[in-house]
Amino acid sequence: MAWTTSSITSASAIVLFLHYITLSLSQGGFSFTSPMAKSPEEQHPVNVVGWAAEDSSGVLAPINISRRATGEKDVTFKVLYCGICHTDLHQIKNDWGNTIYPVIPGHEIAGVVTEVGGKVLKFKVGDRVGVGCLVGSCHSCENCANDLENYCPKMILTYNGIYHDGTPTYGGYSNIMVCDESFVISIPENLPLDACAPLLCAGITTYSPLRYFGLDKPGMHVGVVGLGGLGHVAVKLAKAFGVKVTVISTSPDKKIEAIDRLGADSFLVSRDPDQMQAAMGTMDGIIDTVSATHPLLPLIGLLKSHGKLVMVGAPEKPLELPVLPLLTERKLVAGSVIGGIKETQEMINFAAKHNITADIELIPMDYVNTAMERLAKTDVRYRFVIDIGNTLKN
Amino acid sequence: NISPISHSLTHSDKHKHRNKMAKSPETEHPNKAFGWAARDKSGLLSPFHFSRRDNGENDVTVKILYCGVCHTDLHTIKNDWGFTYYPVVPGHEIVGIATKVGKNVTTFKEGDRVGVGVITGSCQSCESCDQDLENYCPQMAFTYNAIGSDGTKNYGGYSETIVVDQRFVLRFPEGLPSDSGAPLLCAGITVYSPMKYYGMTEPGKHLGVAGLGGLGHVAVKIGKAFGLKVTVISSSPSKEDEAINRLGADSFLVSSDPRNMKAAIGTMDYIIDTVSAVHALFPLLSLLKVNGKLVTLGLPEKPLELPIFPLVLGRKMVGGSDVGGMKETQEMLDFCAKHNITADIELIKMDEINSAMERLAKSDVRYRFVIDVANSLSPP
Repeated sequence: MAWTTSSITSASAIVLFLHYITLSLSQGGFSFTSPMAKSPEEQHPVNVVGWAAEDSSGVLAPINISRRATGEKDVTFKVLYCGICHTDLHQIKNDWGNTIYPVIPGHEIAGVVTEVGGKVLKFKVGDRVGVGCLVGSCHSCENCANDLENYCPKMILTYNGIYHDGTPTYGGYSNIMVCDESFVISIPENLPLDACAPLLCAGITTYSPLRYFGLDKPGMHVGVVGLGGLGHVAVKLAKAFGVKVTVISTSPDKKIEAIDRLGADSFLVSRDPDQMQAAMGTMDGIIDTVSATHPLLPLIGLLKSHGKLVMVGAPEKPLELPVLPLLTERKLVAGSVIGGIKETQEMINFAAKHNITADIELIPMDYVNTAMERLAKTDVRYRFVIDIGNTLKN
Repeated sequence: NISPISHSLTHSDKHKHRNKMAKSPETEHPNKAFGWAARDKSGLLSPFHFSRRDNGENDVTVKILYCGVCHTDLHTIKNDWGFTYYPVVPGHEIVGIATKVGKNVTTFKEGDRVGVGVITGSCQSCESCDQDLENYCPQMAFTYNAIGSDGTKNYGGYSETIVVDQRFVLRFPEGLPSDSGAPLLCAGITVYSPMKYYGMTEPGKHLGVAGLGGLGHVAVKIGKAFGLKVTVISSSPSKEDEAINRLGADSFLVSSDPRNMKAAIGTMDYIIDTVSAVHALFPLLSLLKVNGKLVTLGLPEKPLELPIFPLVLGRKMVGGSDVGGMKETQEMLDFCAKHNITADIELIKMDEINSAMERLAKSDVRYRFVIDVANSLSPP
């Protein structure tokens, strides 16, 4: 989800890389001199403990860093929980070639406010809050004006980004977060902080396209490809919209979970040609959460005329696009990434109203490397959440 | 590995047709007809005697004046897509005069100027047909190289007359010339329909048109009529002068010039991609702003490569579209008449068709050939 330099063609890689550099420079301080001369511990006044990866082995270990003092528009909070997103795994291993080490991942962060700046209007000490994938944007472009900070060319990622002051951003595998009020989400009382933390990425990533592409109307039929962190949340959100949901998966053994535990209406084994054939032309839309390379043609075949295939996973290599069915049945393939802050708040409120949380496995901080190994094998139902508050020690 | 576009070439239809094939094309129907057909994949067209049905109670018989030459005609006569059913009489951009109307026909009378486009049949009772989307009806029948509802093969507009169910006949608006308006019946609707459907018509927005041929040049004109800023994207720098001075495009982008393309990154709201050869989507997707929409209208022989990151990071889409329903085709004709939009054509005689096809294969036409059927098609 961060700017990638994975090459699709060498020309495109250069363009993307130039974008990344321009982005960094335009944020006023990808400086190789003054901020970087200071160590992560010395950069700011507030001492913070986190876990970081120092190289592409991806092994995480304790690190002392520092965060800025609470600015007049900032909210500082004690981190209680942080979800582990698959992006965290990609980033610690530098899969996309853009990781700046040391990297502290974590962008599904939930906690309780400890201090607010003088100009903060929406939060007070003691509030339950969350921060997702973004901590900054330009606030002046067309996208920001339309509450689409996630498409702002100068958006600042919660970790592995460069903040307005030129210093690196560090994520939620840490005990304290300081964040501009306009990127902080209020978490309603009835949502448990641990199980709702993953919604801050997985939830908005699937909620936004369901709304934007009109796949949220009762009675519609939506397919969800892949039953992992994104997929299982997509099922719950879609069901709450009154949509009929079919899970499409390569693993037949996920069927019982999908139907009995997550509430999906049906289950398709994508490697079974008979099942796929029988389901052709039955879906209004499909949310595709799979990041591995996979064929689009069978998924396009599952769509009704005028159906929409929306990619929220991000395969690095281009996929084959069969053009004929797009033409003869007026179908489309689109993509989507997280959502703006206003919509993220709307999604959390929707989840609270419908009692939707992620299915999580709560782990202590020092289990994180094992969790990453298991995540690489998708051995989790369906999100690890780190119990930061109780297990991240100084 | 392309499955037939024509849904109507189902197994049962072919079976019906085999039964009818006991009769020759000349004797299949009661009325002698004459046109030009291709008989094999050399694609060479030559005089062809066949027959047309009597004018039924729902039918309109059309004396053909003009017929546009669409690139699909070329693909079909050469069997590029692998489902041509020879002999084939192409032509689906037909303008003529109604000479007979059946007793149930209320919207047309003898002497009316009418058009027939890409479709001449559908089931008329499914959800698609009920929504005026006959072009997406599973039993939709093409004007040529398809099986009609009576089980016989449809022959297209490279011929003297055609008999068509009234639902698939269009009123040709006054003020729209028959010759240069004919290509709108395919090229026009092919561009107009997705622009409406995908919401690519907001005045002031920026449209890119990739490819400047039959479809592309009409897309420029329709785009301008919607109040859009239009940039033509082409691999041929020599087309710039035409694009801007003759067709009214606002700017021109040479797709093979990396600096040009880089400067235009993230500047377009919409792209109509008319290129039918296999081509790279990534550079076009880069031209789109966030939430940008690319509609692909050409049919390449192989799948295209779709990079996913640009779609995801920019919430962009790639969609397709295939002509339009009858109601929308009429709407498009009226829109073009109102805005004085016609195709830029080269009028040819019927016996020039083979050299026209050779030139079309090299894109050597500005921008559509139209056959002067009434003045040059004569039975020997």
